[in-house]
Amino acid sequence: MTVLFYTILTLSVLGILSAVILYFVASKFKVEEDPRIDEVEKMLPGANCGGCGFAGCRGMADALVKQEDISTLYCPVGGADSMKSVASYLGKVAPEKEPMVATVRCGGVCAKRPRTNEYNGSKSCAVVASFYVGETACAYGCLGYGDCAEACAFDAIKINPETGIVEIEPDKCTACGACVKACPKHVIELRKKWVKNRAVYVSCVSKDNGAVTMKACKAGCIGCGKCAKVCAFDAITIEGGLAYIDSQKCKLCRKCVNECPTGAIALKGMEPLPKEPKAPAAKPAEKVVEPKAEVNKESVNEQK
Amino acid sequence: MKTFPIGGVHPSDNKEWSCNKSIEVLELPDVVNIPLAQHIGAPATAKVAKGDKVLTGQLIAEATGFMSANIHSPISGTVTAVDMQPNGQGMRQMMITIKREGDEWMPEIDRSSEIKRQCSLESAEIISKIKQAGIVGMGGATFPTHVKLSIPDGCKAEYLIINGVECEPYLTSDYRTMLERGEELLVGVEILKKALNVEKAIVGVENNKPDAIALLRKIVKEKNFAVVIEPLKVQYPQGGEKQLIAAVTGREVPPPPGLPIHVGAVVCNASTTLAVYEAVQKNKPLIERVVTITGKQLKEPRNLLTRMGTPIATLVEKAGGLPEGDVKVVNGGPMMGRAMVNIDSPVTKGCSGVTVYSGSEVYRMEPSACIKCAKCIEACPMALEPYLISKLAKKQMWDRLEEEHITDCIECGCCQFTCPAGIALLDYVRLGKQTVMGIIRARAAANAPKK
Repeated sequence: MTVLFYTILTLSVLGILSAVILYFVASKFKVEEDPRIDEVEKMLPGANCGGCGFAGCRGMADALVKQEDISTLYCPVGGADSMKSVASYLGKVAPEKEPMVATVRCGGVCAKRPRTNEYNGSKSCAVVASFYVGETACAYGCLGYGDCAEACAFDAIKINPETGIVEIEPDKCTACGACVKACPKHVIELRKKWVKNRAVYVSCVSKDNGAVTMKACKAGCIGCGKCAKVCAFDAITIEGGLAYIDSQKCKLCRKCVNECPTGAIALKGMEPLPKEPKAPAAKPAEKVVEPKAEVNKESVNEQK
Repeated sequence: MKTFPIGGVHPSDNKEWSCNKSIEVLELPDVVNIPLAQHIGAPATAKVAKGDKVLTGQLIAEATGFMSANIHSPISGTVTAVDMQPNGQGMRQMMITIKREGDEWMPEIDRSSEIKRQCSLESAEIISKIKQAGIVGMGGATFPTHVKLSIPDGCKAEYLIINGVECEPYLTSDYRTMLERGEELLVGVEILKKALNVEKAIVGVENNKPDAIALLRKIVKEKNFAVVIEPLKVQYPQGGEKQLIAAVTGREVPPPPGLPIHVGAVVCNASTTLAVYEAVQKNKPLIERVVTITGKQLKEPRNLLTRMGTPIATLVEKAGGLPEGDVKVVNGGPMMGRAMVNIDSPVTKGCSGVTVYSGSEVYRMEPSACIKCAKCIEACPMALEPYLISKLAKKQMWDRLEEEHITDCIECGCCQFTCPAGIALLDYVRLGKQTVMGIIRARAAANAPKK
């Protein structure tokens, strides 16, 4: 009984003594931190994705509070709403950036881009890109092992086993840019986000000449330049046998989509323009948006 | 018997398929593709354009700077294109395409088979001739030979080591060269000795080639060459430059940027030495080499004297065509070779063999989890920790990788060979090494202008 009593007594005295020491040490060496940092951190999404360039949301919050001019800081995940609330809390001017979305610029689905060999090694795009062309003959397109999907903190990227290329869900994508960095082939690009996830982009990054591109993939851009000629907004440039649509200049008029002989220009969230130039241009495009593009194509053909 | 002290493995050597086949001259190809980058360093600069007529042995691409090599036309004919074309791995590379018309050689090339032993040239003249001929290390690393022979200030070469080890399984091109062109090879050694101004020359040969050792020793004795033939205990990767130096001299090459010359050694491959002989004594540039085409399932494995730029498919045809079913064609041997997706790609200066696998040999073992058995550490001849560096590369921890000396890795593949779990260690080690080397180069470039 006495043993028990002394044990409890010793430990209690030790505990109280330590508490007193800790109390004085803590008050002596107290780190004064701006309480606003905690508040700002709460306003940020808390994804710690690194999309802003800082290691995590705390680092971003710290910079937002300490920097006079916050126009260079931007949280792509929280977007304009989160930046506005932070700015109004801190009494600073909110940086403005239009919403962006990651876009996979490769249309080399299995049907159009035949497999030329079977890969049996480590399933990683970075490893494959470091030593060979990949399972198809195209040296530029999506490899489909999903390094980007692994890098995505928002579960927005999935490998589609039927097409062999990755797909991004625009609604989940926060444009943090992690996938852009992860892709060794530089296939993914951050492009301007339109309402209803509308998009027009060249779904190919092959810099090969036309003949080589076509041999490797039926959906590749051959750099013929037809799209650039038809573009009224000067948004399309042809460089090194590859067309590129500037998402800032593009007005989604969709003229280029019909011009492309290989179908390399992808159209998302909208119906294509009718193929025949004489047909009343506005009518089919104004139709109620149907879920599947194929359905509408058929109806356009019927009208002809 | 000597060997290197750290690590190493013993893969079955599989040389029996082609080791008794004497070197045959392959028919001239109708079209050749000559890549401008067949060596380590800057790619050569093309000196011909579409429509130009060229002769066999004519300079078609010139070295770009010191760390580069000249390239000569392997056939006579017309240049039909200078364009990007897929290489063996399918990656696009600048190549010169030449269509053959006859076989007309440059007049200064001596094509007689007479052995010319007397060499009255000075060291600098020899090196300049080697540079002219575009000779690079033909064992696979393709390091320009004239760079190797140009000794930096403050260093002195003591040993010339000729690499006749050929430790890579399956390959027999160096072995056949030593057997059939032994005397010419030894004249090449004498020329290299003169170029380097060294007394000691040692030819390292693994003792699984007893006939080559005996033959070379016989020639040395009969013809009075001042060369030592050193038999080495069989162990892979003895043919690695650093391993061979350790085996022969017992000296350890310091880690990068340390070079063999810092321990007074210069290593040259056996085929390269023969090319040096031909370049210096016969004015013949590096336009052909012996390529082993072999594989268990091939009908007729061979050793072929092949002009550079010949499509590998031609060699495969010559060996009886590809076997049925799943096939893997590897440029090089099973340990260090690279699988090819495009067998129409050309034979290059570093291509010592083509191996063909079929059936179950094609597939890798299904990997399971690492059990930390440390076999890879035991096998690593560079005393690295492969399981750790492969893991760090997977996690993209490039700073840590540099601290773990990933740039020391010689990519010999011992770790992956020995791994009982079948983990593709080398895949990630190579990726890590490539990335870290890029980071180091970028850092050097960023620091350079400040000086």
